[in-house]
Amino acid sequence: MLELDIHKKLQGSRGEMDLDVQLSIKEHDFIALSGQSGGGKTTLLRILAGLEEASGSIRMRDEVWLQGKKSLPTQKRGIGFVFQDYALFANMSVEQNLLYVNKDKALANHLLELTHLSELKERLPSTLSGGQKQRVSLCRALMNRPRLLLMDEPLSALDPTMRTQLQEDILRLHKEFGTTTIMVSHDPSEIYRLASRVFVLDQGKIIREGTAKELFLKAHGSQKFSLKGELLEIIKADVIYIAVVAIGQQIVEVVLDENEAKTLRVGQSVQVNTKAFAPSLSQ
Amino acid sequence: MTAWETLDFEPFLISFKLAGLTTFILFIIALPLAWWLSQTKCRFKPVAEAISSLPIVLPPSVLGFYILYALSYNSPIGAFFEETFGIKLVFNFTGLVIASCFYSFPFMVQPLQSGLESLQKNMLEASYIAGKSKLQTLLFVALPNMKPALLTAVIVTFAHTVGEFGVVLMVGGSIPGETKVASVAIYEFVEVLDYTTAHIYSAIMVGMSFVVLLGVYTFNRHHNRRLGVA
Repeated sequence: MLELDIHKKLQGSRGEMDLDVQLSIKEHDFIALSGQSGGGKTTLLRILAGLEEASGSIRMRDEVWLQGKKSLPTQKRGIGFVFQDYALFANMSVEQNLLYVNKDKALANHLLELTHLSELKERLPSTLSGGQKQRVSLCRALMNRPRLLLMDEPLSALDPTMRTQLQEDILRLHKEFGTTTIMVSHDPSEIYRLASRVFVLDQGKIIREGTAKELFLKAHGSQKFSLKGELLEIIKADVIYIAVVAIGQQIVEVVLDENEAKTLRVGQSVQVNTKAFAPSLSQ
Repeated sequence: MTAWETLDFEPFLISFKLAGLTTFILFIIALPLAWWLSQTKCRFKPVAEAISSLPIVLPPSVLGFYILYALSYNSPIGAFFEETFGIKLVFNFTGLVIASCFYSFPFMVQPLQSGLESLQKNMLEASYIAGKSKLQTLLFVALPNMKPALLTAVIVTFAHTVGEFGVVLMVGGSIPGETKVASVAIYEFVEVLDYTTAHIYSAIMVGMSFVVLLGVYTFNRHHNRRLGVA
């Protein structure tokens, strides 16, 4: 059981805000932290790691990590941390990166095999692709068999195919090592696949929590799509208007009437709603 | 006899011995300070930075005068060393080393500090998370990833010490075989109008300085390419 109750004043992008979070996380759970950027997710993770100060308390099982002025140093918390920008030791080969944490060669080989990195173990980080670097970073985080694995947007810098592969690696390692895992993520599909619980953080407070299903299946199975997008352009075509909207990697056209066209501004973030009466799925 | 045959290389040897010793001592003293300056958020950091940079802006004569005053028998420090250990600190090689350490201090601290500051912060944090102490992190992660800064610090300190003149003259005098370094020797040759020897000495200094700097820049370029930094 991980229990935390922390407060900290933050200088956020939208002015000063109070990070004020109470959480209780079961062991071996996979937690996703979601929400708009600047909401305090990364800070929360760094406080858990002992990289940043805060007031309040953190307890991991029977250990006290934070209580008033007393804070257990990062070194003694026995955690794993995966950074968004990998943070590999640039002077060490892939294998040395792992062995620096813990001289357990068998474990290092096992992890490298699981993540298909064995053949790259002599290479320096600068010669690896982003996905390979993040796999090394994941392996390194597990070298001291952490009870708590923290990941700060581990996949946000990777392309979609690489993400899917790494999601599988993450899930497999989470299960094999029995870690309690907390991952910051913005990607609903990623959260849906990996996390058993989701906390949405906004302006330093948890505003929603639940399973990914509860939070993301918006219309509760009413065959309705609701897609967030950005309005790129409004084109007048005879009596109607056509809105060009970017949704993820796709650009779609939506027909508007004159009244709707007048209320919308180019550059606005919009929601596209449609009934999925005849959807088709293909591979 | 030509100037070449009578050429005395002792001033060069003293210069290099002085520079080598100064660089070694300063590396050990400056590294902890540079580490502290690079990591601290303490509000006194600008004060520490200003003090450690003073030797860059002070005229060597000012620095030389204070050092001379502090180390001489008239000051408590000088008196203590002479009475307790029987060591004189001025007008000998020991005094020269102490003076050079003050004079070249910022040239060691600043490259080290900026090297440490330019390291990816997450990389150091990853080392702490792996359970490693600050010392282990400094030795095995920070230093190996800032080799160009290390080399710059060492070379610039060495070169700057070889090149010093004013402080050396004030604290060391110009005692042959003891405190007469190459830069002082050149000055004296010019004074007695021995331009031939002054030319030879000066050309040697220019040539060596160029070769050393060329070596540093070539190394830095290769290093940065290999680690994919630049």
